[in-house]
Amino acid sequence: MTLATQPHDRARTTHPCPATRSERLRRATRWWPAPVLLALFAVPYSALPLPGLLDGPIGGPGNLQLLALCLLSGGLATGYDLLLGRTGLLSFGHALYFAAGTYVTDILMLEAGLSFTASALLGLLAGVALSALLGAVSLRVGGIGFSMVTLAFAQAASLLVQRDPGGVTGGEEGRAAPAGRLPASLVGIEHTADLYWIALAYLVVTLAVVGWAVRSPTGRVWAGIKENERRVEVLGLRPYGFKLVAFVLAGTLAALGGIVYLLLTGGATPRTTTSDFTLSLLVMVVLGGSGTRWGPMIGGILYTWADQRLGDLAGSGAVAALPPVIRVPLSQPLFLLGALFVAVIYLLPGGVARLPARLRSRSPATR
Amino acid sequence: MATVVLLTFTGLGLGALYFLIASGLSLIFGLMDVLNFAHGALLSVGAYGTWWAASGRLPGAGPGGAGFVLAAVFGTAVGTVAAVLLEVAVIRPLYTRPREQILATVGVGLAVPALLSAIWGADPRPLAGPKALSGTFGLLGAEVPLNRPVLIAAAVLVLAALKAFLGRTRHGLVVRAGVEDRAMVTALGIDVRKAFTLVFAIGGAAAALGGALGGLYFGSVDPGQGTSLLIFAFVVVVTGGMGSLTGAALASVAVGLVQQFANYYTTAGLGDVAVVVLLAALLLIRPRGLTGRLA
Repeated sequence: MTLATQPHDRARTTHPCPATRSERLRRATRWWPAPVLLALFAVPYSALPLPGLLDGPIGGPGNLQLLALCLLSGGLATGYDLLLGRTGLLSFGHALYFAAGTYVTDILMLEAGLSFTASALLGLLAGVALSALLGAVSLRVGGIGFSMVTLAFAQAASLLVQRDPGGVTGGEEGRAAPAGRLPASLVGIEHTADLYWIALAYLVVTLAVVGWAVRSPTGRVWAGIKENERRVEVLGLRPYGFKLVAFVLAGTLAALGGIVYLLLTGGATPRTTTSDFTLSLLVMVVLGGSGTRWGPMIGGILYTWADQRLGDLAGSGAVAALPPVIRVPLSQPLFLLGALFVAVIYLLPGGVARLPARLRSRSPATR
Repeated sequence: MATVVLLTFTGLGLGALYFLIASGLSLIFGLMDVLNFAHGALLSVGAYGTWWAASGRLPGAGPGGAGFVLAAVFGTAVGTVAAVLLEVAVIRPLYTRPREQILATVGVGLAVPALLSAIWGADPRPLAGPKALSGTFGLLGAEVPLNRPVLIAAAVLVLAALKAFLGRTRHGLVVRAGVEDRAMVTALGIDVRKAFTLVFAIGGAAAALGGALGGLYFGSVDPGQGTSLLIFAFVVVVTGGMGSLTGAALASVAVGLVQQFANYYTTAGLGDVAVVVLLAALLLIRPRGLTGRLA
């Protein structure tokens, strides 16, 4: 892999002038995430309207809630990509670990009467334990068998939650978090900004952890497993352990996201346990660009925003006036998202994140 | 005794339904390495095709007797056409990108049920079926609904037909050889891609027939039916060993029976969980499934 790219690198350094210019440009733009982060941090103080993108001022509670959900999805997709894009594992059971964080925390507060902090810690722990246990079993099968087994586990858990054993999970209704046990600064519409910042912090933490993990020695082995697992074995490493580490880390990040979701929506819903939820994570990652640093985050934000806005669009008067052939498919956001997903796979391999590179490589050819 | 007989028939009927989906999934996976997430959607298409024809919109078809047979044939035909369309329009352009093939089927699997519920509503549509099949028959003191043996007979027929096709015809030989080693078959100068479309057509027909008969079994059709059955079909495919038809048949019987008995004798819903726990146990003992095929 490295040997193959070396001549290419050398060829680039033989032209010193453009190299140094691009080097200088890169150094200057290296810190671009910092102003973006600052801008995102300041969003609750802003009354800027974004017509078409959002209804009303950007800092309003409704929009902050939507933006917080977008950021949370961005973080979740980034964590999921640790499996899909970094290690090459196609898991269809990621919703399970997310839901473990939400449900365990919620149930412990409701049933055991623990404080939020203790419940959240135990919820996180449950996510770690569950992903370690189920990951250890499902990683025994390789390739697509792994996908099916993770899906089966998640489905079993989803059915269990919906059957409502002992009245603990609340069945189809889900369960609302006890407002009395949550910190006062996280409850109520006037504190939406705090929840927004928590979602932002979750995104930053996930990006940092994933960024750090893929650059660590373990992360290099993950990349090797993704490229060619057999070769990693030939080098004398056992891929099983490395894959399990990736699985548990991704599961932990998902459980943390589940706790943030509990705060954000004020309850646990069985919708987050279903395979559709995992599939939506998959759509986010592929939409944004699997295996890239920012791609999954962009995909998660775009998907959540589009999902919300398409739902609004489907219920709007402009759609109701259309002829049935157009109106009927438009009334189903899931249809639009599924079709969009297939379109992205065909027209945009590599997702949104690869779009600038594709445009750049195309423009000299057309000239 | 009566309960056991009834549970056995119900379990076998459910197993037959699983087999109708899993046989196509298993063949498609064995030959093309594509896990078809849109297979549940094909079942739903077959179910809705049957319902559409049986509710009197197709001349000659109807809810009773020969009319229902025609409706089921129509539903199966629609499902087959949908499967061929899926292979030609979605899977074929992505032959060089196996991961994307799976993702594309995921997208189709999301979009098709959503489209169905956009057109005909998300609520279940009742499918009565012919009077001759809606009754029960007495066996060892149990009143067994007639649609169970019909489902079992259909699954056995499909299994026998597939076995005969794979074992006795030239096309079947190509499919079997392709499952064994696709590269070698290509090297021998045989165009495996024709077999891809064929396998998709067969799998789609079986799934759509499952949809038509599943409509009888459940008494209604709804857009999410296919997807929820698909997950247990996955369990069947993994348990049976991927690419193996006999394994899929054995595993679907086992899964259907375990699910029914556990659901009845323990809490409702535990049967579905028990199936998955069994799968986990099997994978710990035999990571390659019942028949020991390479995963």
